[in-house]
Amino acid sequence: MTQLLEVSGVSVSFDGFKAINNLSFSIGPAELRAIIGPNGAGKTTFMDIVTGKTRPDEGSVLWGEEHVSLLGLSENRIAQAGVGRKFQRPTVFEDQSVFDNLMMALKKPRGPLATLLFRPSEADVARVGELAREIGLADALTRKSGELSHGQKQWLEIGMLLAQEPRLLLVDEPAAGMTLAEREHTTDILVEAAKTRAVVVVEHDMEFVRRLNCKVTVLHEGSVLAEGSLDHVTANKDVIDVYLGRG
Amino acid sequence: MTKSFLARNPSVLAFLLCLALFTLGVTVLSEGLGLNLVSTSFVKTLGKTLCLCLAAIAMDLVWGYCGILSLGHFAFFGLGGYAIGMWLMYERTRLIVVDSLANAPLPPTEQEIADAIGTQIFGVVGSAEFPPVWAFAHSLPLQLVMVVLVPGVLALVFGWLAFRSRVTGVYLSILTQAMTLALSLYLFQNDSGLRGNNGLSGLQNLPGLADTPQSLVSLWFFWASALALALGYLLAAWVVSGKLGSVIRGIRDDEARVRFLGYPVETFKLFVFTLTAIIAAIAGALYYPQAGIINPAEIAPIASIYLAVWVAIGGRGRLYGAVIGAAFVSLLSTFFTGGQAPDLNLGVYTVKWVDWWLVLLGLSFVLVTLFAPKGIGGLFDLAAGIRSPNRRGADLGPDQGSFREKEAET
Repeated sequence: MTQLLEVSGVSVSFDGFKAINNLSFSIGPAELRAIIGPNGAGKTTFMDIVTGKTRPDEGSVLWGEEHVSLLGLSENRIAQAGVGRKFQRPTVFEDQSVFDNLMMALKKPRGPLATLLFRPSEADVARVGELAREIGLADALTRKSGELSHGQKQWLEIGMLLAQEPRLLLVDEPAAGMTLAEREHTTDILVEAAKTRAVVVVEHDMEFVRRLNCKVTVLHEGSVLAEGSLDHVTANKDVIDVYLGRG
Repeated sequence: MTKSFLARNPSVLAFLLCLALFTLGVTVLSEGLGLNLVSTSFVKTLGKTLCLCLAAIAMDLVWGYCGILSLGHFAFFGLGGYAIGMWLMYERTRLIVVDSLANAPLPPTEQEIADAIGTQIFGVVGSAEFPPVWAFAHSLPLQLVMVVLVPGVLALVFGWLAFRSRVTGVYLSILTQAMTLALSLYLFQNDSGLRGNNGLSGLQNLPGLADTPQSLVSLWFFWASALALALGYLLAAWVVSGKLGSVIRGIRDDEARVRFLGYPVETFKLFVFTLTAIIAAIAGALYYPQAGIINPAEIAPIASIYLAVWVAIGGRGRLYGAVIGAAFVSLLSTFFTGGQAPDLNLGVYTVKWVDWWLVLLGLSFVLVTLFAPKGIGGLFDLAAGIRSPNRRGADLGPDQGSFREKEAET
């Protein structure tokens, strides 16, 4: 099976500090993957590289069937190519309604002129309604997203991500600050999404990762320490040393 | 979702109605066509104010909606004025020259006429040659194209350079200040081809209409200004009402997030910057024929700062706020600096408003920013019973967000 995203031999350093060190990673077109690792392992930097926010010093990032290099593309081009990203803290447009937030994210031409002349069709409105139901915000469409609770904002952002119809979802700590029930719902959404696309979840919370029930990649000091099922990696001696060996 | 544009934006209809009533009222009371209760010079002041309101709408679009605090939009306003002023001055001088040469024993050649016009216009800066920038001054249509083209291209090139290198915030503001300062210093030079610090004058006299009284001409321009303001308001309201409005407000609140949604943020900024530059230029082209004179001091950096102050006092992020701010502050400014305001005798010290007006303006700017960030437009929210929750300036939500209470619209 060809891979959707192939990151190989990537390194990046900030003022001499190697944030990512010869990292290689790949994911298929319909796969759920969790990335875990202690603070400073390079999880966020990895996402920054894939989404074009940070340029690596060396290595390659190849995308899709045609193996297009994502390096050198601007953030918006990469997003248009089909990489969606959810940030750690919820970043929704708080001044605007839930409807407007979702409508903005809906997959449509992104140029200024197309955006200026865009008028939502019935189908677009219906799609937004459907997404809102999926993330449990159907009753809140007209509310300002700034009024939503933390967990609802997290969901709204996931909803915006789904609206973009990306082929790869990068999700940074989706369950942070959520209640137990909200976490379960989030798990369902992510597992469902991974049936048709690639989903990469960065998470600290082992319980949440266990519930995702997927292949796990452990990052440490900027490179891959172990890869496999959660039980497999948690039995790995290196992982135990890094993760639990604080005693 | 399927309602018409005006139904979705009731404030647009209300604004257009107020503007129409105002225009009608001034016409009825005017010296030229009505009851002679409003003097011609005051009609001109009102017409100029409408042009400033249009410039304020442009400023609100670029700052209040898109978050680009441009402190150089008066440069575009001035360029629009220069562009129309060149034709006005050229054509009127030509008519005078042709008139005076008609009595000569031999009919004048084309060259003689051109030389005579050159001497008339550029004698004041010790030259008689037409500089290349006057190449189109003989033609009104071409010069009208220049009104849009010159500021538009300047904004496009400047914006492209600035946004491409991701200059934002206060650095961008400084850059725009530098641009308007550089332009004004350049125009101050005698060899800039636009008569140095003399500027262009006599613009209130329309060529070929020497017999038409100013009381009538002033009304024409007043109507044209009102029409331009109405169209500009409609355009701006339409631009911000749709998805583009969502995107540019998104850019204001969290630029990086918009980028990760796949929108080319730089192109959007460039679009808004250039569009507003053109709106400001059109406002300038209507303003200066009413003012009668334009010189480089008009586009000094302070002018663009005034523009920002008007929008801030009126209430940024809402179009009628910008109009109210510009009209209110600029008319008040005319009142205080025109020597009409009576001196305030405090016993030990007499406050002369001509000197103290700027202090008053600065103070009210600080007070509005501190205590009424929604500006005068916020009064409409009060009247409508809309109040932002008071969270002492904290975020709306429980988490650190892009948007704070003081900027909440409702």
